[in-house]
Amino acid sequence: MITVAIAGASGYAGGELLRLLIAHPDAEVVQITSERLAGKFAHRTHPNLRGLTRLRFSPLGDLSSCDVLFSCLPHGASSRRIDDFRTVADRIVDLGADFRLSDATAYQRFYGKPHPRPELLGRFVYGIAELNRDALRTADLVACAGCNATASILALRPLRLEGVVESAVIEVKVGSSEAGNRATEASHHPERSGAMRSYKPTGHRHMAEIQAVLGGRVHFSATAVEMVRGILATCHVFVHPGLGLDDKALWKIYRRAYAPEPFVRIVKERTGIHRYPDPKLLAGSNYCDIGFEADPHANRVVVLSAIDNLMKGAAGQAVQAFNIMHGLPERRGLEFPGLHPA
Amino acid sequence: MSECPVCGAEVAISDDPVEGELLDCEECGAELEILALGPITLGEAPEMEEDWGE
Repeated sequence: MITVAIAGASGYAGGELLRLLIAHPDAEVVQITSERLAGKFAHRTHPNLRGLTRLRFSPLGDLSSCDVLFSCLPHGASSRRIDDFRTVADRIVDLGADFRLSDATAYQRFYGKPHPRPELLGRFVYGIAELNRDALRTADLVACAGCNATASILALRPLRLEGVVESAVIEVKVGSSEAGNRATEASHHPERSGAMRSYKPTGHRHMAEIQAVLGGRVHFSATAVEMVRGILATCHVFVHPGLGLDDKALWKIYRRAYAPEPFVRIVKERTGIHRYPDPKLLAGSNYCDIGFEADPHANRVVVLSAIDNLMKGAAGQAVQAFNIMHGLPERRGLEFPGLHPA
Repeated sequence: MSECPVCGAEVAISDDPVEGELLDCEECGAELEILALGPITLGEAPEMEEDWGE
């Protein structure tokens, strides 16, 4: 058994990670932390776990040694505690944003302050398995990607590698769980319910990761919609003129990129009501569904990508990386296919 | 095996194919028709017609 602990397990990503890890046949969750809820049972905060675990939250300062420490602390917190973490576990998987970038200048630009530990930037393997599987096999430090970045990067990377992208505009529709489990004025039910709120037309922090991975001219906007879990990224890709990219050519590109991938599916049906990716069908699953369509009247391709932000965009991605780091089958503990109807 | 004319996926053909036989592409869901047997040629089945030979 691989012993694991979760720092910051009271949030939605931490709760999702706990749900996955207590059912994982090769992992034993030995400790979970929350300052606010120290001493309380986990199932009081994550009621779906009632009867499945008797773990109680501990204070962060009580962390004892384990094989792998997952950090679900708020952004900025893990970089302050990274030295302590490294005395607790040889392997660290950080679900926060602190170590996703390797460029301190980009960090300062998007996060508005200098990185507290710039010497560690670049030491972490960016956690998207489809990009960095080989590096993950031997990684001791992993930084899971942002949820919007995950959906966007998986959508666009095959076209970027093909060298066909002139520029791209990504619009993501996101569910309320992306904002975390602490109530704010924006999450107050009369304000949030039914909202279709453009909350970050430019300058979203995940843009830093998208830019770092994809490069080139890529733009990003985010809109909060009536959904709890899920992201749908609609990517308008302007391709170089004269390429004559049609749907069949796109099938070839995406099939080549993702056919062997256990958690990326091409969804592009000719008929029916489920012709393109829909995050509603992915709740609780680790899949990223990707669809596309070439616009025959313009040098434009529309790529659609859907994920559960708490799964492929956070906890599921972390467990997939954990499996790879330990030479386990990649799907272990992640077999849940989602619900229909949901 | 034959190639789907819509998405390029491999489409399994039965051991005893018949001209006019309809098949579905597993990957893109296109409804296909066997247009010719030697060699096997697939085309998209017409969407709104009666009596496709089924």
